[in-house]
Amino acid sequence: MSEKVTTSPRPVLSAEANGTPAATARTASLFQSARRELGRNGALILMCLPGVIVLFIVAYLPMPGLILAFKNYKFATGIWGSEWVGLKNFQFLFSTGDAFHIIFNTLFLNLLFMTAALVGSLTMAVLLQEIYHRYIAKVYQSILFFPHFISWVIVGYFAFAFLNSDTGWVNNALASVGLPGINWYGEAGYWPAILTIISLWKGLGYFTIIYLAGILAINPEYYEAARIDGANKWQEIWNVTLPMIRPLIIVNVFLAVGRILYANFDFIFNVTRDASLILPTTNVIDTYVYRSLIAVGNYNLASAAGFFQATVGLALIILANWIVRRFEPEQALF
Amino acid sequence: MNGRTFGLDSQKRKTRLGHTAIHVIAIFVCLLALLPLLLILSASFTDEKTLAQYGYQLIPIKFSTYAYQFLMNDPEQLIRAYGVSLTVTLVGTALSLLIMSMLAYAMSRRDFALRHVLAFFVFFTLLFNGGLVPYYILMTQTLHLKNNLLALILPYLVMPFFVLLLRTYFASLPRELIDAAKMDGASEWRIFFQIVVPLSTPALATVGLFSMLLYWNDFYQALLFIDNQKLYPLQYFLYNLAQNVEILMENQTGQGVPIPYQSVRMAMAVLAIGPIAFAFLFVQRYFVRGITLGGLKGE
Repeated sequence: MSEKVTTSPRPVLSAEANGTPAATARTASLFQSARRELGRNGALILMCLPGVIVLFIVAYLPMPGLILAFKNYKFATGIWGSEWVGLKNFQFLFSTGDAFHIIFNTLFLNLLFMTAALVGSLTMAVLLQEIYHRYIAKVYQSILFFPHFISWVIVGYFAFAFLNSDTGWVNNALASVGLPGINWYGEAGYWPAILTIISLWKGLGYFTIIYLAGILAINPEYYEAARIDGANKWQEIWNVTLPMIRPLIIVNVFLAVGRILYANFDFIFNVTRDASLILPTTNVIDTYVYRSLIAVGNYNLASAAGFFQATVGLALIILANWIVRRFEPEQALF
Repeated sequence: MNGRTFGLDSQKRKTRLGHTAIHVIAIFVCLLALLPLLLILSASFTDEKTLAQYGYQLIPIKFSTYAYQFLMNDPEQLIRAYGVSLTVTLVGTALSLLIMSMLAYAMSRRDFALRHVLAFFVFFTLLFNGGLVPYYILMTQTLHLKNNLLALILPYLVMPFFVLLLRTYFASLPRELIDAAKMDGASEWRIFFQIVVPLSTPALATVGLFSMLLYWNDFYQALLFIDNQKLYPLQYFLYNLAQNVEILMENQTGQGVPIPYQSVRMAMAVLAIGPIAFAFLFVQRYFVRGITLGGLKGE
């Protein structure tokens, strides 16, 4: 009995290897179907080609370069010829304390940004939903959305107009009520709050649009039922609005969690003006990698930090997606 | 009976009060959203000495257009930076729309065997990347794109998120149209350009505008790859201006013109925001549509 089970597949396997008629027919039919596909959909393949090539160059070609994290990169020998150094780059990165510091800042700031964006935009969406005149609500929505169009370089200008210690508007305002001015670009402690406010200012409109669209899609019958049951506004918000847009909230939160190791480089770099005194609270992985690479020219440190970001980042996205799949299977990304 | 109507009345008054409160809050938040813009605008129209003495104010203490006159005196750099940004934006957006829509269309076809492979190929780049160092080496040493405007265009030609958005839209078009055209003997190219594209103008407009905004506001690629001052796009020019106002003085050295450092920077910022603010009025609804389309469907 057991012999039969183990032997029965064998003839098929050997037949394939020896090129029996059955196997040749199969490969031939595979070949044929591939050719037929090419003949039938050749044009579609041509249509894909430019996009595939661009994506291959920009996104896939750099990927093998991640091995630089385990090498001592030299211009002369290039990525492949440079010598292997094992985990030395990581040892150096973690021994300086830089690693802990930039990872903490990245996580902490992103958590602040996420929370602020979530609470702020949900509040605005719930408020705007209450406005009967859709036209007026749309005007508010548009104004809130405007900062999304401003480049981070200009946001850096805005921040400077508010915060520079000589002529900044904030110090002026402080002076006018008799308070001493603050050297904002020299005091690290204020920056998590400052960056959170700016992040909220820039992103509020975007997320308000997402959540308001979700809220407006809720069937009004739920609200009518709640009102008949004697629910007040708060109860309506807590028991109808929020539960109904829960999938939307979950997706957006976990999208953000999946990218929690990626701080927005343009944002941090322009708004902090890369001022060294405030680095203790504003140095994040992306700015650190950039500085190591461009300003310091230390490819090894930059590679190690980049490798950490790419691999742990991927793990986080997969984890986030797994959690979404458990709670809201329909909203899972993959 | 009487008590009941009274109760309804007070409830109505309460909701009206609630509505006034909502408008007050909304208007306040909107003002906060616009505040930085007003501050910059006011500073750009303030006399330089007043600005140095009294600082940034929401209303100019002493009105002056000197900063703008100063800029217009020698607008060559400004015009050049605008030109670079405009070129990159227009060429980039046109190419990007063509390449992405062709790719997305093929992916949307149910009878295309490679569509799942392609979807993974595109989607995976959202999850994983090689990081800055290999990318930098590739662009500078393999492709030799340092100080080449292609370095500003290439990175954003195919944005995975936009491709997926377009694919969703194309997939929603009625299949019978394509099948009927095929029956009539139309080639795939003809079907795409003469049937699919004209039917998809809303989606193409939305993605095109997203793409334009991306190119116009980008400063990162220029920071990495552009050293030549003649090739600075507007955003990178502004970034450098914030570090060092002297880059404006290329042709004005020794003329003894007092440089209004502060106000001229702000005037530059206003000139950079201007087109965006103007365009915003007309196109923001397309963005809203795109966001809700992408956000609600989760891809």
